[in-house]
Amino acid sequence: MNSAGIIAVFLAALIIPGIILRTKSIASGRKGPGMFQPYKDISVLLKKGSVFSTTSGSIFQIAPAINLATVLCAALFIPFGKYGALISFEGDFIFFSYLIALGRFFSIIAALDTGSSFEGMGANREAFFSMLLEPAFFILMASFAMATGFTSFTDIFSNFYLSENNFMLIFGLLGIFVFLQTAMVETCRLPVDDPKTHLELTMIHEVMILDNSGFDKALIHLGTYIKLALYGLLIFNLTIPPAWTFPVQLASFVVIQVLLALAVGLIESFRARNKMNKNPKYILTISGVAWIAFIVILLLGERFIN
Amino acid sequence: MIPQAIFAICLFGLMTGIFLVTKKWKYYLTLVLVLAGVFLTSCWSFDLFSSLDQIQEIKIYPFGADSGLIFTIDRLSAFFIFVINLTVVTGILYAYGYLKPYLNSKSDIQLSIHYFSYLFLHYSMLMVVMLRDGLAFLIAWEIMAVSSFVLVIFDAEDKATLKTGIRYLVQMHIGMFFLLIAFLIAGRETGITGFDSLPAYFSTHPNFGLFLLFFIGFGIKAGFLFLHTWLPDAHPAAPSHVSGVMSGVMIKMGIYGILRVVFQLQNDFLSIGLTILIVSILSGILGVMMAIMQHDIKRLLAYHSIENIGIIGIGTGLGVIGLAVHNPFLIITGFGGGLLHVLNHSLFKSLLFFSAGAVYQATHTRNVEQMGGLLKKMPWSALFFLIGSLAICGLPPFNGFISEYLIYIGMFKSLPASSMYQAIILISTIVALSLIGGLAIFCFTKAFGIVFLGEARTQKAAEAKEAAFSTILPQFIPVLFIISIGLLSAWFARPVFSIVQQATFLPEAADLAAPVLKNLTGINLAGGIFIGLVVLLLLYRRQHLKNRPVACQPTWGCGYTAVTPRHQYTATSYVYNYNHLAKPLLHTRKIMAEIREDEIFPDKRTFVSHSEDIIKEYLTDKPANWGLSVLKRIAAMQTGKIQHYILYAFLFMLLVLILTYLKLL
Repeated sequence: MNSAGIIAVFLAALIIPGIILRTKSIASGRKGPGMFQPYKDISVLLKKGSVFSTTSGSIFQIAPAINLATVLCAALFIPFGKYGALISFEGDFIFFSYLIALGRFFSIIAALDTGSSFEGMGANREAFFSMLLEPAFFILMASFAMATGFTSFTDIFSNFYLSENNFMLIFGLLGIFVFLQTAMVETCRLPVDDPKTHLELTMIHEVMILDNSGFDKALIHLGTYIKLALYGLLIFNLTIPPAWTFPVQLASFVVIQVLLALAVGLIESFRARNKMNKNPKYILTISGVAWIAFIVILLLGERFIN
Repeated sequence: MIPQAIFAICLFGLMTGIFLVTKKWKYYLTLVLVLAGVFLTSCWSFDLFSSLDQIQEIKIYPFGADSGLIFTIDRLSAFFIFVINLTVVTGILYAYGYLKPYLNSKSDIQLSIHYFSYLFLHYSMLMVVMLRDGLAFLIAWEIMAVSSFVLVIFDAEDKATLKTGIRYLVQMHIGMFFLLIAFLIAGRETGITGFDSLPAYFSTHPNFGLFLLFFIGFGIKAGFLFLHTWLPDAHPAAPSHVSGVMSGVMIKMGIYGILRVVFQLQNDFLSIGLTILIVSILSGILGVMMAIMQHDIKRLLAYHSIENIGIIGIGTGLGVIGLAVHNPFLIITGFGGGLLHVLNHSLFKSLLFFSAGAVYQATHTRNVEQMGGLLKKMPWSALFFLIGSLAICGLPPFNGFISEYLIYIGMFKSLPASSMYQAIILISTIVALSLIGGLAIFCFTKAFGIVFLGEARTQKAAEAKEAAFSTILPQFIPVLFIISIGLLSAWFARPVFSIVQQATFLPEAADLAAPVLKNLTGINLAGGIFIGLVVLLLLYRRQHLKNRPVACQPTWGCGYTAVTPRHQYTATSYVYNYNHLAKPLLHTRKIMAEIREDEIFPDKRTFVSHSEDIIKEYLTDKPANWGLSVLKRIAAMQTGKIQHYILYAFLFMLLVLILTYLKLL
């Protein structure tokens, strides 16, 4: 059953992008493409050949594969409710976070490899914003570790609602908010980045992959979808008491992923992207919310006394 | 022990031989002597890890005398001996190719002095970690400072280099002064000078004051923030093999000293631990923040040394806090992570300096803005720099991650049982460490991207050629260790834990280390799976592209077709938005003339921006300049006229007379 997590990640990756797309189409009153259009796009890309820039070198060629490998490898650490992850050890979320950072490192230098000033700009923004985001995840995981007494994804999530303290719900909500926002920044969605923008100067992630084509571009898209699903599953894990039976968990998994995709789609339909120079503040706020989670746990543990 | 004494004397004889042989043979003689030192010390420290609580003592009493040098090697010393030997050997192997261009331009005696100092630096560092007696230790410490000074001023024809060297020498002696006082204070109270006097002193006196003296003395060598002002100048000035050794191991001698003192502490653990931790966090964050602003590639690496010393210090500080709150797990992982990071940093930092040196020799510049596109011209150097960058950012599956993981896991596992204050300390450290990681990625994507990727920005970069095979080959040694620590972590972590066990007398250390070693196996497994995935994907990609049309075209220019390399993103533009945020801390200055309204056809303009190291400015530069200006004003008395000097003598006598009359003297 330990592979439930990774299967769930792939399932979520399969449905989330399509639902986001559908939500956006319906919200904007268009007929819009079908549910599986993102994967049809990927299959088209896979059939195509590739065009490489004369400037770029080997980094540009290997980076998309490395990026996807980091995401796939990170999926091994994600549990599914009480069913543990494939690989689990104490502090596996540290490895998870640094693995995602490794993928980002390669996508940044791949963008710089093209020598394009647009892509340099995107690379710089990606590096800058993700640097600011780094503490949020760690503060949140530290609060979880403190609340549950465990230090791996599997143990934390399977013990999350075992505590008798009902305030864990508040804590879970703060966690969901931080994970959701982290997912938005990591997968380059609104309000920090707009995947559908059409001007190079206003892009972050899209401008980094201007020169990718064919197979490489398919890998990059796939990586982004799976990454979003990773965070979707983390959010799912935060919401599910382990006492529920497997069919109930499965049903709630589907519901939560659909809700997540709906939320993302609605956010993208009804709000504009932040002004670029407002982004640092916005991202630091996510860390601020994680701090609140930490203070909540200090309060819950009644540690203010000693 | 007599054969060893004879061996040592023979070594000294051979060392002077460096001055006598021809230019070509000087190198080989130095190499042989370095290897002899490596062989000897490795033999001495070899069986320390086989049995518990063993300490090796080697007494070198010349010609039947009843006193002399006593080398004491415990596991901590043995660990540092390993680190020293590894980097020094790599450095000397690298020097063969690196010094080749200098063979004609440098005179016989200059090369002799250089090799001789290199050898002395090696031997003195070995002695620093083996000597326990205060005076002998300080002499070895002094030899280390002077020989590294000589190595730094290899290019002394350049006045700036000489000035940097002298600044370095002065600051080393300030540090030495603190150490001397610390040893003397402990010696006066206990009757013995040296590290052996510390337990007796610490058990009867408050620890904090004496520790602070040691911390400043050793911290100047290590390059903790506020004590680092020599470091960003000295590393770029030195030739690259020397920078590699200095940054890789010599600054770690400061860490060794701090650890040696820390392991003797008897009380005041919490205040000492917090002091180390706070200074280290500041070093880590500000070190990397200042590194981002640097455009001189070796200066950038030098600032990263401050950052990494900060990470080592964070581990050490957590270990001391663990001692204070009796948390054995934090002790083991804190000290263990710090120590492993000493080894890790020595590996990736020397590798980075070596590959940066190759770039410098190929392009004749250290300014990253004048490089670009070197990946295609210097594939090996680029690969080494990339591996070094990934490792220094603490990314898996390389070695930097392992030591950072140890520090992290110690903190995370200590959180549930901690009180509020401890929890706040731990979470702040976690945040600091994660921020350092993020900033390091920002810095090294910039460094690697601007230096090696894109198009060559200048003619110099366009004409660059890969370094000679003899320069590339030695760099495989650190690469090998970087990868094996990343993938066979438990092998390296186990001895490190046993060092902490011996030094802190923790009986339960082995039990505590076992789950951590198990976690490391998990990390290695995941790292292996990751590498497997990458290889699979790349192989599939190759197969996939074989049957599809692949074309090469210019980079997408948004419709603009006359793109030149100057349109590329530069290092300055890369840090622009970061600079916006960090400006208050970094004192970035822009020098430019605004275009006036009446200028219809503006003249040629220049734009200069640079960031100052505020700490250096306010802690050393300004006081030093103030001292100079005061002295200059006093120099007005020095008129050169004999009458004036007689007047001064007369005035002085008058003063004495008056003071005596007033019974003030």
